[in-house]
Amino acid sequence: MALAYAPSLETTPVRIAPRYDHFIGGKWQPSSDGGTFPTINPATGATLSHVANGTPEDVARAVAAARRAYGGIWKSMRPADRAKYVYRIARAITERSRELAVLESMDGGKPIKESRDFDIVQAAAHFFYYAGWADKLRYAVAGTAAVEPLGVVGAIVPWNFPLLMAAWKIAPAIAAGNTIVLKPAETTPLTALLLAEICAEAGLPPGVVNIVTGDGVAGAALVEHPDVDKIAFTGSTEVGKIIQRTLAGRRTPRTLELGGKAANIVFADAPLDQAIEGVVNGIYFNQGHVCCAGSRLLVQEPIHDEVVERLTARIETLRLGDPLDKNTDIGAINSAAQHAKITELVRSGVAEGAVLHQQSCALPDRGWFFPASFFTGVSPSHRIAREEIFGPVLSIMTFRTADEAIEKANNTPYGLSAGVWTDKGAKSMYVAQRLQAGVVWCSTFNQFDPSSPFGGYRESGFGREGGVAGLRPYLR
Amino acid sequence: MTPLLAPSPTVDAVMLEARAAGFGKRSIKNEAKGAAIDLAIRCIDLTTLEGRDSPGRVRSLCAKAAFPAPGAPRVAAVCVYPNLVAVAKDALRGTGVKVASVATAFPSGLSSLDVKLRDTEAALASGADEIDMVIDRGAFLAGDEMRVFDEIAAVKALCGPIHLKAILETGELGSYDATRRASDLALEAGADVIKTSTGKLGTSATPATALVMAEALRDFQRRTGQRRGLKVAGGVRTTKSAIAYLVLLDEILGDAWLSPDLFRIGASALLDDLLLQREKLVTGRYGSLDYIARD
Repeated sequence: MALAYAPSLETTPVRIAPRYDHFIGGKWQPSSDGGTFPTINPATGATLSHVANGTPEDVARAVAAARRAYGGIWKSMRPADRAKYVYRIARAITERSRELAVLESMDGGKPIKESRDFDIVQAAAHFFYYAGWADKLRYAVAGTAAVEPLGVVGAIVPWNFPLLMAAWKIAPAIAAGNTIVLKPAETTPLTALLLAEICAEAGLPPGVVNIVTGDGVAGAALVEHPDVDKIAFTGSTEVGKIIQRTLAGRRTPRTLELGGKAANIVFADAPLDQAIEGVVNGIYFNQGHVCCAGSRLLVQEPIHDEVVERLTARIETLRLGDPLDKNTDIGAINSAAQHAKITELVRSGVAEGAVLHQQSCALPDRGWFFPASFFTGVSPSHRIAREEIFGPVLSIMTFRTADEAIEKANNTPYGLSAGVWTDKGAKSMYVAQRLQAGVVWCSTFNQFDPSSPFGGYRESGFGREGGVAGLRPYLR
Repeated sequence: MTPLLAPSPTVDAVMLEARAAGFGKRSIKNEAKGAAIDLAIRCIDLTTLEGRDSPGRVRSLCAKAAFPAPGAPRVAAVCVYPNLVAVAKDALRGTGVKVASVATAFPSGLSSLDVKLRDTEAALASGADEIDMVIDRGAFLAGDEMRVFDEIAAVKALCGPIHLKAILETGELGSYDATRRASDLALEAGADVIKTSTGKLGTSATPATALVMAEALRDFQRRTGQRRGLKVAGGVRTTKSAIAYLVLLDEILGDAWLSPDLFRIGASALLDDLLLQREKLVTGRYGSLDYIARD
């Protein structure tokens, strides 16, 4: 008999208002021109709500509110008291975790399993972690006893881990004594707005955390605003370059966490079944919408066919469908635009001569979905081997020696993450030391902890988030 | 002459345990849960292996094995010590429930091969339908793989068509690599089923251990075309954990393994929880163990 998996939907109710305003100075304020844009559930295509479309005036109001809060109360508050607010936010995220998870899955398309067990858990963990730093800042920077916050932080976050990326910026920024204006991604504003509600309920002084929703117009206004003391951006390398150009000639400190095209290197002596798990996690986690995704699989030649055979069997067990079904492994692609981008790059892979393999399941008849896919016969010159696809699409290539694997892995403009799979510890270290990537995972992948720094080399950006290294960019 | 075995694949604990934990996260509800509960009941080896086991105790266990509760399916087998096989055989006549006997100096396996074979012979002579043997962990840990292999092969030769389950006692093997190696040895030596544990240790079946063994079974089938079975024993007490093992089988080995021919759960208390959950699905009310017959 076959084991049936009846649909098992997460039923925690969430309240979604028909429209949302910006959260500025502790008050909900509409856009200066009254403009809104719809936010859509990518699994159904249905409009969830209408959200204020941020203008440069809105951004200016938010920056002014953040400035007032900074000078008026937050900078001079006793650090231990500041910590209490941050702890309070952390606890509230934990208490409302299921609600946040459902909202994250509805607005962004990610499986409830991931929003529930990863995104929200990690977001709360970041607030807890940085709350502990608030009254210990002098120990964050070696050799100095006098540290100060920077002032007003402008933060722009992407749509792949909406609440978690907001937490990565807000938690260290406010724990260190800064105030912040955050612009969530256009397609996934809802959990950041719920976080604003949580901040208000936690009694956080007005203006310490401000949320301005909108598109690139609001983002550009925030970067260009002269009264912003620090820019923290996570997103595409393309936008990262625009930010760099905008800020050229200004001393505004910045951290940029950008794209990636990570190599996951599997040696012939690796524990193969576990390596396959790491490969699957590396590329299909969050539909591949992960900047540190292991999107290039470098396999040692003798095990290429076996890896392909096992991976083919493994992706058949991935359950694609309704993000709110607790059994779903692969949810919806975040937006129509992203779906089109993935489709275009996959077409280019086929056109350039690589062989496409996909899971055989039927796709839901509405919403944007893309099956778990991988390419064999990929040459390093193919676009699918060079460009970030940001979807559930893996490119498999081979290597013969460790040095060749290192060379191929480093042959990319990016350098965010990498994976090494071998049963030999010494080889693992040899390879890891030579990979130009901010994070190298050995015999595992996608492991995160608030105490562990994360960030890129080269066109994957600079500055670190997480750990004490993630605190320093918010201090002077 | 025993053939030299090819090396076994290595196993890494971190991703193994991550994958194993994933099976327990599958949410099997409603009709699917009902079907899974009945399948789990059909796969149980209802077990009593205590020094105080008596004919009366075994007869009452057999009655429950054959008729667990109104409407519920029968379990696969009753598992007892060799001395009680005849009692169980008699009590289960005509029910289709099999009698499995532990043998080979269970649970330690630390006797001469001669004693182990005679122990097995006695169980077979009493009418055992299946033999649960223990491997010699001492020899395995001392590196004497050939001895482990030869003993399994000798017991299997004695069993003939009777199903042989090889108990690896993974809690004593010390690593997942060793569990994988012992699984490969037992399968190559002719065991029809590989079984996690005796149930006599604190550490018994875990999802990660079962995953290593299922991977060995999958690779064995790829290599030889033969389907061999898996038995998890010890520590499986709840419906939720039993269903997690069914999910593991389904996702690693496929539908063909979802049958008492290829999967068993050695348990005693588990049956009560399965019956309780079954009752809840049928009536919509949470019952109480007071309404479930104790064996």
